[in-house]
Amino acid sequence: MEPALPETKPTPCVGLFVTCLVDTMRPSVGFAAVKLLEDAGCKVIVPAQTCCGQPAYNSGDRADAQRLARQTIKAFANCDYVVAPSGSCGGTLVKHYPELFADDPDMGREALAFAAKTHELTSFLVDVLGVARVEARFPARATYHDSCSGLRELDVHDQPRKLLAGVEGLQLIEMRDSDICCGFGGLFAVKFGELSDAIVGEKADNVDASGADTLIGGDLGCLINMAGKLQRQGRKVKVYHVAEALAGMSDLAAIGEPKEARS
Amino acid sequence: MSSVATTPRFKLNAHEALTDPRLQRALVHARNFVPRRAAALERLPEFEALRDSARDIKDHTLAHLDLYLETYERKVLEAGGHVHWARDAAEARQIFLDLANARGAKRVTKGKSMISEEIGLNQAMEAAGIEAVETDLGEYIIQLRNEAPSHIIAPAIHVTRDDVEADFRKFHTDLPTDRDLARPEQLLAEARGVLRDKFLSADIGVTGANFLVAETGTSIIVTNEGNGDLTQILPKVHVVIASLEKIVPTLEDAAQLLRVLARSATGQDMSVYTTLSTGPRRSDDPDGPEEYHVILLDNGRTAMMGTPFEDMLRCIRCGACMNHCPVYQQIGGHAYGWVYPGPMGAVLTPSLIGVAEGGQLPNASTFCGRCESVCPMRIPLPKMMRHWREREFERGLTPAVVRYGLKAWAFLATKPTLYRWLTDVNLRVLALLGRKRGRFSWMPFVSAWTDTRDFPAPQGATFQAQWRARSGATE
Repeated sequence: MEPALPETKPTPCVGLFVTCLVDTMRPSVGFAAVKLLEDAGCKVIVPAQTCCGQPAYNSGDRADAQRLARQTIKAFANCDYVVAPSGSCGGTLVKHYPELFADDPDMGREALAFAAKTHELTSFLVDVLGVARVEARFPARATYHDSCSGLRELDVHDQPRKLLAGVEGLQLIEMRDSDICCGFGGLFAVKFGELSDAIVGEKADNVDASGADTLIGGDLGCLINMAGKLQRQGRKVKVYHVAEALAGMSDLAAIGEPKEARS
Repeated sequence: MSSVATTPRFKLNAHEALTDPRLQRALVHARNFVPRRAAALERLPEFEALRDSARDIKDHTLAHLDLYLETYERKVLEAGGHVHWARDAAEARQIFLDLANARGAKRVTKGKSMISEEIGLNQAMEAAGIEAVETDLGEYIIQLRNEAPSHIIAPAIHVTRDDVEADFRKFHTDLPTDRDLARPEQLLAEARGVLRDKFLSADIGVTGANFLVAETGTSIIVTNEGNGDLTQILPKVHVVIASLEKIVPTLEDAAQLLRVLARSATGQDMSVYTTLSTGPRRSDDPDGPEEYHVILLDNGRTAMMGTPFEDMLRCIRCGACMNHCPVYQQIGGHAYGWVYPGPMGAVLTPSLIGVAEGGQLPNASTFCGRCESVCPMRIPLPKMMRHWREREFERGLTPAVVRYGLKAWAFLATKPTLYRWLTDVNLRVLALLGRKRGRFSWMPFVSAWTDTRDFPAPQGATFQAQWRARSGATE
C-alpha cells in the first residue's frame, strides 16, 4: 500500500503524463484525467512532453529509449506524482525505466524514484488517493477490456471496475476473455497486421457477444485497435477511454465517430 | 524436420496458417489447456510458492551446473550406464549412429523427445538405413504425415480426428475398410496394435528426459500413454538423449518440479506415468535394458549462460506459454518454422540457430505478458524477446524502414518544442480530413492496419496545444 499523502502537502502536485496517443489523437482523455484528478483534490500540471519511448524500447532501440526516458524523468522532476491515463505507458515509466538504467547507478536511482511516484490513472485514484466514487453520469451498458500492460505490469484490474460501478447510468457487464490481448501491441499491429487483425477479430466477437453497447478500456492504443475493428465490421458498439466515462463525457463523440453525429 | 528452418518466412507461414480452415478447426482444441490449468491451480493454493521454489531450484542448479553434471555422470557410471557428451547436434547424431551401428540396430523405438527433433535424429537414422518408430500417439501420427511437432507436449495438436482416421486408412494398408475408427479410443487402439510389434522387435529404445537427477544418476520421463516405458524397458539398449540443463540436484528437487510441470502443461496433478530409470537392468530386476546410455547435449546451452538469455535454461517444456499465447493460438506451432514454437520458441530459437535466422520470432509478439504470467519457472519471456530485438537492432538486422522511421521519430520526440508544433499542425490537418466520417478506412504507410481496420480521425488540436491555450502558460 501507498503511504498516506504527506500532511505538509495537502494539495499534491500531479504531473499529467498525457501520453503521445492521447496528446495527438484524443485530447479529451487528457482533459477527463485532469478533471478526475482535480476533483480528487490534486493540482495538475502538464510539463512539456513527447513520448515515453516505448516504441523505441520495444523495437530494440535502447539508446533512443534511454534518451526519451531521461527527458521524461527530467520534465517531471518537480511533481509529487506522475499520472498517466494508460497502463502501457505507465508500465514503461514504472517497470521499464529502471530496467533501462540498470547499468547506470545514478540514472538507475533516479529512474527508481521516478517509478515510485508514477501511477496509472485509475489505480492512482483508487489506491493512492482512496477515491471510492466519482460524481458522473454516463448512460451505457458497458464492458471493460483489461489492457495487458496495465493488468500484468501494474495490477490494474479492480480499480477501474470499482470506479465505473459508481457511475450513474452505467451498467458494467463482463465479456469473455476480457483479460486477453486485443492484438494491438504497438508497432506489432502494423508489422504483423494480419496476425494483429486475427486477434482483434476475436476480441470484437467477444465484445459483441457480451451484449454491451459500449466498450471501455484504459489504453488508447488498444481502444483505437478495437474500435477500428468493430467499425470496419459495421458493429455499433461505442468505444471510450475509462477516463472519459468516469468524467461523464457521454456527449463526446466515441472513438472513430464523427463529431456531428453526437451533437 | 529440424534441419531446415522456415523461420525467416514467419509472416508467410502465419498467413498460410490463418487462412487454413482445417488448421483453424484443429487449433480450437489447443485452447482446452487454458481452463484445465486454471482448474488445477484452483486446487493447489500453494502454487505460487511452488513457482518460486521451482525457479530457485533451477537457478541454483545452473549456478553450479558443472558440479551437478559431473556428479550425475559419476552416478550414471556407478549404476552401470554410460555418458556421452555431445557439443552439438552433429556430434549427438554421430554418437547415436555409432552406438546403433556397433549393435547392428535395424529398428529403433522412440519416446517423445524434443531434443530428438532439435538434432534431427529421425532423418539421420533414415539416412543410415535404420527404421525410427515414434511410439507417442501424437508423434506417431505426425511421423506418418511426415510433419514436425506443432506443440512441444501435444505434437499433433494441429491434426483433427478426421485427419488421423484418413492417415491410418492410408498407411495401415491391412486395415479392413469396414473397421470403425470413429472414436478417438478406436484410433488409439489401432495405433497400439501396430506399435506392439515394433516395441517387441526394436533393437534400441530412445527417450528424452524431463529431468536428470544428479544425486542418483536417474533420468525421469513423464508420459500419459505408457509408451515411454515400453520404449525404454523392452529393447536391449536404452539411449537417453537430453540437453544438459535438464539436470536437477536431487530426487526431491525433481519431485518439486513435477508438481508444477503437469499442472502447467495439461492441468493434470501428475502425468499418468512418471518413470525413473537408473542404469541398465540389475541382476534382480524382472526386466529392463542390458545397456543404458545417456547422450548429454549442449548445442548452444552453455553459450547462453552468463547472457540475458540464461533464465531460459530454467524452462521445463510444459508448453503453458504457447497455450496461453494469443499469437500461438491463432497460428499454431508450424508457422514458427523450427523446432520450438510459441514464446519459449521465440526466445530459444534465435539462441540456437542465430538471430539472423530466428529474429522474426521475438518480434512476433504483442508483449502481452501472458506467457510470463503462466510460466511455472517465472521466465521473463517478453523481456528476453526484447533483448533479441535489441541484438537485432545493434547488428543492423532490424528492417531499414523501421530503423530509419524510429530514428526520425526519436529525433523529433527528443525536441519537445518542435515535436509539439509539428504534431499540432499535422493533427489539425488530419482532423479536418477525417471530420465527416470520424475515421479513415485507408491511410498511407499503415495499410497493414487499414486493410482490415478503420483508423480514427484525431479530435483536432493536440492536448498540449489546448492545455497551453487554456492555461495561457508558456512552459
